[in-house]
Amino acid sequence: MVLLVAAALFSVGLYGALSQQVVVMVMMGLELMLNGLILAAAGFWWFLAPDPSGQVLLLVIIAAMTVEMAMGFAVATMLHRVRRVDMTDLARDLSR
Amino acid sequence: MVSHVAFWVLAVVAVLAGAAVFIVNSMARASYALAVSFIGVGLQVLLLQQNYVGVVTILMMVMEMAVMAVYMIMFMGMNPALMPMSMVHDKRHALAVSIGVFVLLAAGTLIVPWPTRRGTPPADVTMTLGEELMGPKMLVMAAVGVVMAATIVAGVVLAAHQTRYDRFGDDLRRRPADDPQPGGVGR
Repeated sequence: MVLLVAAALFSVGLYGALSQQVVVMVMMGLELMLNGLILAAAGFWWFLAPDPSGQVLLLVIIAAMTVEMAMGFAVATMLHRVRRVDMTDLARDLSR
Repeated sequence: MVSHVAFWVLAVVAVLAGAAVFIVNSMARASYALAVSFIGVGLQVLLLQQNYVGVVTILMMVMEMAVMAVYMIMFMGMNPALMPMSMVHDKRHALAVSIGVFVLLAAGTLIVPWPTRRGTPPADVTMTLGEELMGPKMLVMAAVGVVMAATIVAGVVLAAHQTRYDRFGDDLRRRPADDPQPGGVGR
């Protein structure tokens, strides 16, 4: 059941990451996906193998989340400074 | 029994708040909804006996959402709490993909014959986690520390308005520096 809740959070986050146009909102979608991952990892740890080392994985996920946010904000700042753009569609040429 | 009920209530709150992030019509409300979702998951992690991780999740994410609200005001150039907005593209495909992923993950969750629990949780989970981090898993934390330091440097380099290359030129030889406001000792 924990995994079902985690799957729901992951899917809602995926919808946001795919559908939103504003860079910050896309980052919110990614955060929500990682939120689901945290819950799934916590569930795996508790119900399958409550070994102390398993919790280290959760800390790594949280660290990844922090790095994603920090770099995302830095890229959003640069994008805004260079192009006055805050939407992904207006920076589409970056994907080429 | 009480913890089961609490878990389900928190699950409903976390998922609904997560969905509200992309339903509410202002970015400030969206960031508050995301904070509520994170608090719900953090409390669920606490219910799964991982006190340290649960508390860290709640504290970190609430602060992160506060930073996010500041960013919105900076970049959107408006009061995000008052300005309704709907900025989505390709909504139908995104919805189809996310529903498909949920069905796939849920099917895997229900179909897979999960093994029985191996081992028992330690009496003091937080203390054993600390011992693990300061002992055999030190390398993981050391690697995370280096990545964090690299992130700080990369973040500042990307976001900085004026770096030393802007001031001293590409070969760093230009003197005096090209500063918007000249000053400093000896100038």
